[in-house]
Amino acid sequence: MDASPQRPVATTSPRILAARETKIVASDVNVYYGDKHAIKHLSIDIPDRAVSAFIGPSGCGKSTFLRSINRMNDTIDGCRVTGEILVDGKNIYDRDLDVVQLRARVGMVFQKPNPFPKSIFENVAYGPRIHGIAKSKTDLEEIVVNSLKKASLFEEVKDRLAHPGTGLSGGQQQRLCIARAIAVNPEIILMDEPCSALDPIASARIEELIDEIRQNYCIIIVTHSMQQAARVSQLTAFFHLGDLVEFGDTDDMFTTPKDKRTQDYITGRFG
Amino acid sequence: MTAWTLLIIAALTVTGFFIGRARAQGLRNAGAARLHSLPTYHGLLMASMGFAAACVTTLAVAYVAGPDSMIMPAAAALLGTSAIAASHPLITREFRARNCFEYFVMLVLIACSGVAILTTIGIVFSVLFETLAFFREVSVIEFLFGTHWAPTSTPASFGFIPLLAGTLLITLIAILVAGPLGLLSAIYMAEYSSRSLRGVLKPVLEILAGVPTVVLGFFAALTVAPLIRNSGEAFGLAVASESALAAGLVMGMMIVPLISSLADDIINAVPQSLRDGSYAMGATKSETIKRVVLPAALPGIVSAFMLAISRAIGETMIVVMAAGLAANLSFNPLKAVTTITVQIATLLVGDQEFDSAKTLSAFALGFVLFCFTLVLNFVALRIVQRYREQYD
Amino acid sequence: MIDKFQKGDPARLAKRYSSERRFQAYGAAALAISVLFLAYLIIDIGIKAWPSFFEHRVVLQFNLDPGKIDFTNVQKGDFTGLIKDSLRALFPTVTDRADKKNLTALLSVGAADDLRDQIVANPSSIGTTVNAGALLSDDADLYFKEGFSSTIKTAGKTNLQLAQTGEEYLFSGDTSQLAVGQIVRTNGGALRITSLEAGIAKAEALMVPENLNSLIPGSWDLLSLSETEAERSIDDRSTVWLEALRDKGLIEKHFAWRFFTAGDSREPELAGLRGAITGSLLTLIMTLSLSVPLGIAAAVYLEEFAPKNRWTEVIEVNINNLAAVPSIIFGLLGLAVFLNFFGLPRSAPLVGGLVLALLVLPTIIIASRAALNAVPPSIKEAALGVGASHQQAVFHHVLPLAVPGILTGTILGVARALGETAPLLMIGMVAFIVDVPKGFTEAATVLPVQIYLWSDLPEVAFQSRTAAAIIVLLVILFCLNAVAIYLRKRFERRW
Repeated sequence: MDASPQRPVATTSPRILAARETKIVASDVNVYYGDKHAIKHLSIDIPDRAVSAFIGPSGCGKSTFLRSINRMNDTIDGCRVTGEILVDGKNIYDRDLDVVQLRARVGMVFQKPNPFPKSIFENVAYGPRIHGIAKSKTDLEEIVVNSLKKASLFEEVKDRLAHPGTGLSGGQQQRLCIARAIAVNPEIILMDEPCSALDPIASARIEELIDEIRQNYCIIIVTHSMQQAARVSQLTAFFHLGDLVEFGDTDDMFTTPKDKRTQDYITGRFG
Repeated sequence: MTAWTLLIIAALTVTGFFIGRARAQGLRNAGAARLHSLPTYHGLLMASMGFAAACVTTLAVAYVAGPDSMIMPAAAALLGTSAIAASHPLITREFRARNCFEYFVMLVLIACSGVAILTTIGIVFSVLFETLAFFREVSVIEFLFGTHWAPTSTPASFGFIPLLAGTLLITLIAILVAGPLGLLSAIYMAEYSSRSLRGVLKPVLEILAGVPTVVLGFFAALTVAPLIRNSGEAFGLAVASESALAAGLVMGMMIVPLISSLADDIINAVPQSLRDGSYAMGATKSETIKRVVLPAALPGIVSAFMLAISRAIGETMIVVMAAGLAANLSFNPLKAVTTITVQIATLLVGDQEFDSAKTLSAFALGFVLFCFTLVLNFVALRIVQRYREQYD
Repeated sequence: MIDKFQKGDPARLAKRYSSERRFQAYGAAALAISVLFLAYLIIDIGIKAWPSFFEHRVVLQFNLDPGKIDFTNVQKGDFTGLIKDSLRALFPTVTDRADKKNLTALLSVGAADDLRDQIVANPSSIGTTVNAGALLSDDADLYFKEGFSSTIKTAGKTNLQLAQTGEEYLFSGDTSQLAVGQIVRTNGGALRITSLEAGIAKAEALMVPENLNSLIPGSWDLLSLSETEAERSIDDRSTVWLEALRDKGLIEKHFAWRFFTAGDSREPELAGLRGAITGSLLTLIMTLSLSVPLGIAAAVYLEEFAPKNRWTEVIEVNINNLAAVPSIIFGLLGLAVFLNFFGLPRSAPLVGGLVLALLVLPTIIIASRAALNAVPPSIKEAALGVGASHQQAVFHHVLPLAVPGILTGTILGVARALGETAPLLMIGMVAFIVDVPKGFTEAATVLPVQIYLWSDLPEVAFQSRTAAAIIVLLVILFCLNAVAIYLRKRFERRW
């Protein structure tokens, strides 16, 4: 299967991409779980300082692809990735690449909020501590406060930084996780259905937050909700059964989809 | 007589079943209307009536007249038969034999689950009575705070402190060995080893856990103790032939599988999402384990250590065979010390008169041991339960 | 480009990675220590045990003359005398009373019984002369076992002259090969060197030589024993006798079936495990017939029927605690309740079985509950859906599906009961019992207690017997565990 010819990149020269630097270049990526071929010959260019949304029906491979961008798939037994994914021109599947450093640059927010069973402060300070980013205690405090502010959580928790992070509400926990990711100062933030475990109000706060920080990061968000994709993203990629069907400007995608399958999905024929 | 009685009970049960079933079948064949319950249930009910009546009678007679009495089989037969006869007319079309039988079964099940409670009550009372008898002869103060233990000499002295010190010393050595080894083993198996390696290592640890303590005691006394003595002499140290160190080391190895299997379960119960969160921050595996997994698993690990301590305190054979009998009040691991369990075992092996303070002191020691381990176990199990609930 | 991936200090990163490797190495080392400990334990005990699976016999000639022994009443016959005479006949020069006694002490006291059994089994041999092996005593037996004797035999390479003055013998000539304490065997005798001065070796007779012929290379040899006589259980004279028997080819090595077919004995070479194995079997039957029905019934009630209230919670906590109560406490319970209150017989498998049943009951309940819990509720619901009563649903559908899990738990419980020692010490199963127990109320001992008893005995041969008994126990336990693992693998179901 690997030998089959490389497909053309599925982008349709989106306007947004043309206007920005390309951050991630994936070409002919295949992901296997044991015998299952989860991602098939995928090629995509993702721009910096914009939000790209991955949509598609369940099991289409959008989360799998997301997890291969910071090599979280390494932790799954029997998972194999071929092809190359370049971040700033460097193939992250190169033998000499250091996963630990890659992940410090490519942050991730998970479907279910997963704060560590530590205090709010320690949750955010975890990354700077292990990477030795903070030079001093005051430095560290500054990083924590700034990250919490960027995640627009600071006002709500400033009086109880020493309380456990698990005691927050679901939406606050997710924003804490975003603050935790921001604290390491990543360039790319991957979000795997960050709102699926939250109520609509909490989801709206997260969406606002994504909108606020998108100027500084390359954000990729996997979502089930087409409305959410339409609201927060500038680019949208549609996945179906392991294939990248279509990738383009969000506005174009939802008004004039090029592929029949995209149209069917958007109009609710399946999904 | 016992054999006869058992035979009679069995016979009554079987005949009861067939009589009951036959009558119900007769009813079914005779009339067009359906029976409420299957004939088998009528048979089972009658069998259980006969069985229960005969058993109760047997126990009652055995209590009153002794187990060798001729009355026992006779009375069992008589009352069993009359129970069957009395329940015979009950069998009618509408009779809810299944419900009655199920009620009977439920009573039996409840009684069976009560045996565990009875065991605990039995333990508490059997130990408590003799302990109280002991404290009528020896003052509690002398027992708890005395520093001299010599139950066989005249005058005997029952100071419990040297035994406590010996027990704690050996337990401490055992935990110092088993704690790091067990915990690191568990971490390696849960986080690092491949599935196939784990498939080999787990059974090996289970084998180690299944080695009888009498075998470990033999090994401690005949192999480890001489080894320690010889290497001690090489360094110019005087090591007792029954040193606390030998017993403690082997006991530690005995506890390794206990700690590793408990810790393994607990580490596996830490949700993968926490690990993912840490890896996604760019943490290495050991950083994730040390800073996220272990703190999250801390309550469970603490309780695993408590269960291990309780196991070490209560372990008997290793110390009986490898630790000494002399009650030295010493914290030197190279010297011979004795433990609570060693004293219980040596005081009660062989013939004993039940009213002597010497024999009774073993029960007092047993009481102390029971209280120690009960508290440890109870607290540890509570912590584990809380911990499980947190991540369920 | 690669530089962009350098976040933070490279030295710090190297440190992080070396800490990672160190941590992983600690884990591997911890596991290796456990595995090595287990391997060392098994190999050490195996090496100690190996000699006990073999016994040595000396082949003697017996004249089964009906005139000497009354073969019509075999049980009364003096076979001991017969055997002693046969052995002495091989050493006609041994005449001293004490020496004769020492010589026959090389034979086991059980040798006579062996000969009697052989004659009873083969009556046609009466009146003929037969060759039969006579079991050696434990010390003599050990002498022929690897690692227990340090005798080195060297051939004589020089010419020596032998002379006798009274009780003393003198070697002259080339005495360069000789040393004090060595034994020279020549001319049908054995002489121990007592002093060596100026090329003349003085010696005393352990076995009187037949003549005083000169020694030439090949006509004599030398026994050197590294330890002093006091350190050995076999003295020099006995060594000479045993070596003579070996040189005549009369020593036979056999597999020691006796170890499995005989009961306990004060003589190590006669002691066997049959009594202990039978005792263990009786105790286990008692344990199983009580704990399995009780355990399963309790598990079924608690898992399937019990309402969630304070009472069932108490039972649950109680069972969990009971599983962690030290086993010796159960011994105290047995002593106080079963022996003193109910007056049941001491040392009996009945009481041992009762105590062990209570001991493994929590284990069986917990395992059975886990097995019942693993059966998905949909199966019970399906049965209830077609109008089965709650009990019918449980006993017809849920329980049969849980049987493999319950069985696995039960086998592990049995393995625990089989290895348990401490509570049985309390109820008097530590007695020295020669007879194989025939019933539940007879005095008996069990395998682990037998191990404990033997390990306390001073004879060297008992150390090896103890190790051999341990090997037997471990083999049984491994088999039980293997069955449990097989069951778990075979019937493991994913719902």
